[in-house]
Order: sequence, then structure tokens, then C-alpha cells
Amino acid sequence: MENLSPAFITTFEASERALTTEHLDVLYGGTIQKLFDTSLQFKRNSITALIGASGSGKSTFLRSLNRMNDTVATVNGKIMFHGLNVNQANINVYELRKSIGMVFQKPNPFPKSIYDNITYALRADGEKNQQKLATIVEESLRAAALWDEVKDKLNQSALALSGGQQQRLCIARALALRPEIILLDEPASALDPVSTSKLEDTLKQLREKYTMVMVTHNMQQAARISDYTAFFHLGHAIEYDTTTNIFTNPQGAITEAYIQGSFG
Amino acid sequence: MTEHQKDRFATGVIYFLVGIVVILLAGILGNILINGLPHLSWHFLTSESSDFQAGGGVRDQLFNSVYLLILTTIISLPIALGAAIYLSEYARDNWITHLIRSTIEILSSLPSIVVGLFGYLLFVVQFGFGFSILSGALALTFFNLPILTSNIEESLKGVSATQREAGLALGLSNWKTIRGIVVPAALPGIITGVVLSGGRIFGEAATLIYTAGQSGSLVDYHNWNPLSPTSFLNVMRPAETLAVHIWKVNTEGIISDATAVSAATGALLVLVVIIFNLSARYFGNKLYQKLTAAK
Repeated sequence: MENLSPAFITTFEASERALTTEHLDVLYGGTIQKLFDTSLQFKRNSITALIGASGSGKSTFLRSLNRMNDTVATVNGKIMFHGLNVNQANINVYELRKSIGMVFQKPNPFPKSIYDNITYALRADGEKNQQKLATIVEESLRAAALWDEVKDKLNQSALALSGGQQQRLCIARALALRPEIILLDEPASALDPVSTSKLEDTLKQLREKYTMVMVTHNMQQAARISDYTAFFHLGHAIEYDTTTNIFTNPQGAITEAYIQGSFG
Repeated sequence: MTEHQKDRFATGVIYFLVGIVVILLAGILGNILINGLPHLSWHFLTSESSDFQAGGGVRDQLFNSVYLLILTTIISLPIALGAAIYLSEYARDNWITHLIRSTIEILSSLPSIVVGLFGYLLFVVQFGFGFSILSGALALTFFNLPILTSNIEESLKGVSATQREAGLALGLSNWKTIRGIVVPAALPGIITGVVLSGGRIFGEAATLIYTAGQSGSLVDYHNWNPLSPTSFLNVMRPAETLAVHIWKVNTEGIISDATAVSAATGALLVLVVIIFNLSARYFGNKLYQKLTAAK
């Protein structure tokens, strides 16, 4: 039996924490446990990469943070956001998801115009001011580094964009709701190298204003853009430290084996 | 036989089989149109049907067919859409939903004559609606609902789960995600479902014989008051449709030009179905483009 107890878990001052999990367990079907006792703190205005082999629980963990696992799994433990445990039944998950946005593995723009993709959630929320909507569209697209490419075709279908552009549109769509945290579930895995590099540049720029937690299979990507890295194995958070330390001086034997490519 | 020869043989068999289907369908369609079109005239379309003499038209039957189609669609589309949304988006996988699905399957293969007799007992006799457009539309709704529901359910299920995730992750409620994203994305499939069921409604005779009746009442096309017994909009009047008319002139009819009338009516029915099909697709595509910015 491998030693699955944490090798090293970094912590931050309370004032630096954007999001914290305390003893998070995730169970599917009430019996199959996919995540064990995970307590991680995410630092404000940084990119944290979650790495690990398939089935290590990193995506399960990520999707629990904005309560996307509610319908498929039981999540026990605390998720602290602004001093409030948001993993409670009485929390308004719709409001929570506006503060904690999410970008998925495969670009999933709506089959609507570029403009409507960004404004749909705002309009569904009751925003009617066209001037304001137009401003938000431009700001969001600029922040996602997509404005120059699409400013002349905002009324065209988002599905006509390339995969990389679609993914940046999905980021812009999440940004339009003015979130504090953006969760990214392998956002570049469906993209070609050029689009990936553009996406990474975009994420690095967004670090100034947002806190990002990103699941990635690509260890070079984690090393390139993340400030902190958490390594997951078989549902346990084994090691969490600065990205430099994880990749150059890992404490745990399993972490080292994974970094060196011995498995996964 | 070599692999190559086997492949050519199988391809040949497949071409032969599809050829049979094409020849049969083209033959039927061609036969109906060639026999019917020469008898179609403006006079035929705009005059009343005749009970005894030759030279009657199908003005009322044509209107009744369209009117019944519209009424049935108005009644059944919202119900089917709601049921389909439930089955595709909300229903958990348990014995109740299995029961609902089996019921829908059984109902969709129910013979239309049984639906007709059921409609006769329930709407015509029990509810006292009499032989009327309303009874017909309600019976057709019964006939129509199962297929329409499962067609719409299929098209909703065809919308990728990632679209629902995208909506939820933006803080939209389940309902807003369904209404604003899933249903618009499924629109082409939903329209196909409506078109297919529309064709079935146009062609349906057995159900209507016992519910909407076989006799035409005197209809005044200038009377726009739906409550007036002579108004063409009155849903409580008996109404013979094109399909029922074909059945009637060929069984009970005593008009001397029964063959010509039924041939012309058949051709008209086919044409109306084609026109309905094309226009529903046209307007459906326009709506889809408006909702999705697709070209």
C-alpha cells in the first residue's frame, strides 16, 4: 500500500486566501469515494495548477468548488469563500457560480451569436441596459484577448470561430459575470499548440484581477503558467507547494515519480 | 469470391434494395399526382362538395383539414414539449419514468381506429361535444402526443451535455438553461417532429370519422364570430376533412364522379402536405437563425 498521506501542503495568511477547502470528501452513489479529506487554500491573484493521473480526483475536486457536482455526488466538508461555508444546502448556487466561474475542457459556446454568448446570462439575470451590455461585451472580450479578432463580427455565430477562439470566448463569457475566481478544467486539452499558447498568455494576464484554479494533464503547461501546483493521487492531495518546488524539489516519493513520468 | 467481389456484391444488393424503395415511393407519388392533378381546378378548390351530383369541390374539407391541423398542434405542442422536457431534462432513471416511456411507446402504436372510438366515447358522448372539430382535435391530440413527445425528447437529448454545463456554470437556473439554450439548440429537431406529426394529422381518417364526423355543415366564411354556429371558426361544428372525404366518396358516396373527386382530393392532400412541410421548415429555419445567429 502506497503512502497516501500528504507530503507537504502549503498554507497562506488568511488575508491572502481567495478560497479554502476543509476536509473535503466526494462520494459517488453514496459509497464510492473519489476524494478524501482534501484541505487546500488558494491564494488570491495566482494560478494554481491541479495535476495528477487520470482518476486522481483533481477534476472531481475542481467541480466541487462551484457546486457542479451537486447533482451527481455527495460532497462533505467545507468550502470557505469570504468567510462563508458555501458547501451548504441553503447557499444560492446560482449566485455562487457567478462569483466562481468555470471554463470546460471542450469549448462549449452556445449556438448563438458572439454577442449573445456573452450577454445571455446577464440578460437572463435581468440586465436590460443595452449600453451597459455592449460595454461589458467589449471589456470581457478585451480581457480574454479576443476583441481584436471578433469586434467586426459580434453578430455572427460563435460556432464559426476556431477552437481556440471559442475557448477564449468561453473565458470572456465567464468574465462578463465579474467573477472573483475562475475554475478551468483542462482548458487547453482540445486546442492546437498555437491556440494553447495564446490561451496561456491570456490566463497569465488575467492573474492580475482573478484567482484561477486549473486542472491540467500537461505538466509543461503547469510549469509554464502556474504559481502553485497541487499534486493529486488516487483521490488524495499529496503535495501542494510553489510550482518551482513541486517540479524541482518534490517532497513526496509519489510526487517525484509522477513528475519524472514514471506513471500517469 | 474474393474480398473485392464480395464488397461489390454487397454494394450491388444495397443499391438494389434502395432502388425498390425509391421506385415504390416515386410510383405511388407519381400515380397520385398524374391521376389527380388533371381533375384539380380552381372550381374544385373553391366550391362545396356535392352529395348527389357530379362537379362538387372540396372547399370546406380543405379548410377543415388545415383548421384541425392548427388546432391539434396548438393543443398538443405545448403538452408534448412539457412532457419531453420532463423526460429529457428532469426525469430520473427509475421505474416511474420507465413506465411513462413504455406507455408512450404503446400509445404511439395504438391503431388510429381505436383512438377514434375512444375519442367518440369520451369526447363525443361522455363530454357531449358531439361530432365536432373540438372532439376531432382532442382525439388527434391523443393520436399525436406519443410520437410528438418522443420526437421532441430525442431532439432535446441530442443537445450536448456540455451546453447544459455551460449554462449552469454561468449561474443560470436549470429552467433558464433549458429555455434559453437547450430548447433553441434543439429547435430543428422539434420542427421536424411537428412536421412529421402534421403529415400524420393531415392523412388521418379513421380517428376523425368517429369524432369530427363525416358531414359538412353549412359554413359561412364571412362570419368571424367563433361562437356562431355557421362560422367557419366554430369548433363545435362537425367537419369532414380531405382524408375522410376520400374515404367517404369511395365507400358511401353516390356521386357519379367519385373516382375523379377522390383522385383530385388525394393529389390535393399530397400537395398540401408538401407545402406544409416546406413552409414549416422555412419558417423554422428562420426562427433558428434568429435565435442562434446561424447562417
